[in-house]
Amino acid sequence: MYTQMMDTQGAEKAKAVTTLEEQELMRRFDARIDDGGFIEAKDWMPEHYRKTLVRQISQHAHSEIVGMLPEGNWVTRAPTLKRKAILLAKIQDEGGHGLYLYAAAETLGTSRDQMIDALHAGRAKYSSIFNYPTLSWADVGVIGWLVDGAAIMNQVPLCRCSYAPYARAMIRICREESFHQRQGYDALLVMMRDGTDAQRAMVQDAVNRWWWPSLMMFGPPDGESVHSAQSMRWGIKRISNDDLRQKFIDATAQQAGVLGVTLPDPHLKWNEERGHYDFGPIDWDEFWRVVGGDGPCNRERLAERVKAWEEGEWVREAALAHARKQSMKEAA
Amino acid sequence: MSNDQATKTEWPLWEVFVRTKAGLDHKHCGSLHAADPKMALQMAREVYTRRQEGSSIWVVRSDQIIASDPGDKDMFFDPMEDKVYRHPTFYKLPDAVDHM
Repeated sequence: MYTQMMDTQGAEKAKAVTTLEEQELMRRFDARIDDGGFIEAKDWMPEHYRKTLVRQISQHAHSEIVGMLPEGNWVTRAPTLKRKAILLAKIQDEGGHGLYLYAAAETLGTSRDQMIDALHAGRAKYSSIFNYPTLSWADVGVIGWLVDGAAIMNQVPLCRCSYAPYARAMIRICREESFHQRQGYDALLVMMRDGTDAQRAMVQDAVNRWWWPSLMMFGPPDGESVHSAQSMRWGIKRISNDDLRQKFIDATAQQAGVLGVTLPDPHLKWNEERGHYDFGPIDWDEFWRVVGGDGPCNRERLAERVKAWEEGEWVREAALAHARKQSMKEAA
Repeated sequence: MSNDQATKTEWPLWEVFVRTKAGLDHKHCGSLHAADPKMALQMAREVYTRRQEGSSIWVVRSDQIIASDPGDKDMFFDPMEDKVYRHPTFYKLPDAVDHM
């Protein structure tokens, strides 16, 4: 899955560099970035770069973890044992991806508990897409195809992020993510080709509901994307929101044709001159509403996470108590 | 010489991890004996990167590493063996979209 938070966090000014020594460090940092070089955890970095990354990586991690919920909704109701095993494996991957990312963010000096606390207190966000409900089994397939498809589009450029621990986590994630999209498309293909009319209608309905929210995953239009310029300058972000969105639409329009579904946009049309698909206006009011906390499932998702965390507290404590007892035994 | 004395005088063992190029992972490349962390780093440089193989080095005390037992390999990794559906190639898609 992925994060769009760089664009949705509150605006914050970079602190001016003061001392001579800091200016020299800053000059070296900039030179390394310009050179296409990597920054490692123990290297000097401007405070604003560190903060931006903690925010982006932790919110990316939160997205992976919260992203387990909409799919988890269908584990017990998967149509076959095969689909259930696949869905479980995919959800397990999302959990793993969250862990890679929390660990990458921790290299920047923020503890996991701090990050989780920020999520639970509502200070940190996660991708807006997970605030939509999964109403039918077809939603699971569409999440794989469209949501993971959009996530992959977003994540591939992050494999070249200037912050190396993040880039390395992303390489691992992208390698594992390919099966997520394919299993979704495969599940939909079975419904479209071997299914009943009702099942085909179910797929079309799921596509209708997820198409626009998937396009919003790329974040606001470039003109309104407040943090893009700085993040591009620092090699945190490599390709603009609008360029990625266009790339996704071009790839997906063709896949929709093979699948036999219609994308719910009357303006979607191949433009020979541009060499891209044209598409209709995106409802950015809806996007900001969902980011702001007022999507269909925002409260439910957060409540689920907080509940899981609180109910797991005795387990975390018990494990520590056990470890303490064992080490006392060894010392004796 | 008793066993006790041997452990007192022998420098501890360190595992050496070298990053060959900026951006890549550190990879384990071997071990060495050294009296303290600083010496371990210098020794690692002399022993493992004489031909500029590295852009950075990590050293870790060997006794700080917890390892799985290769003898338990089958039992340990067995749960992953029958989950072919974790691989993208498990899903046969039409040629037109197979690059997905």
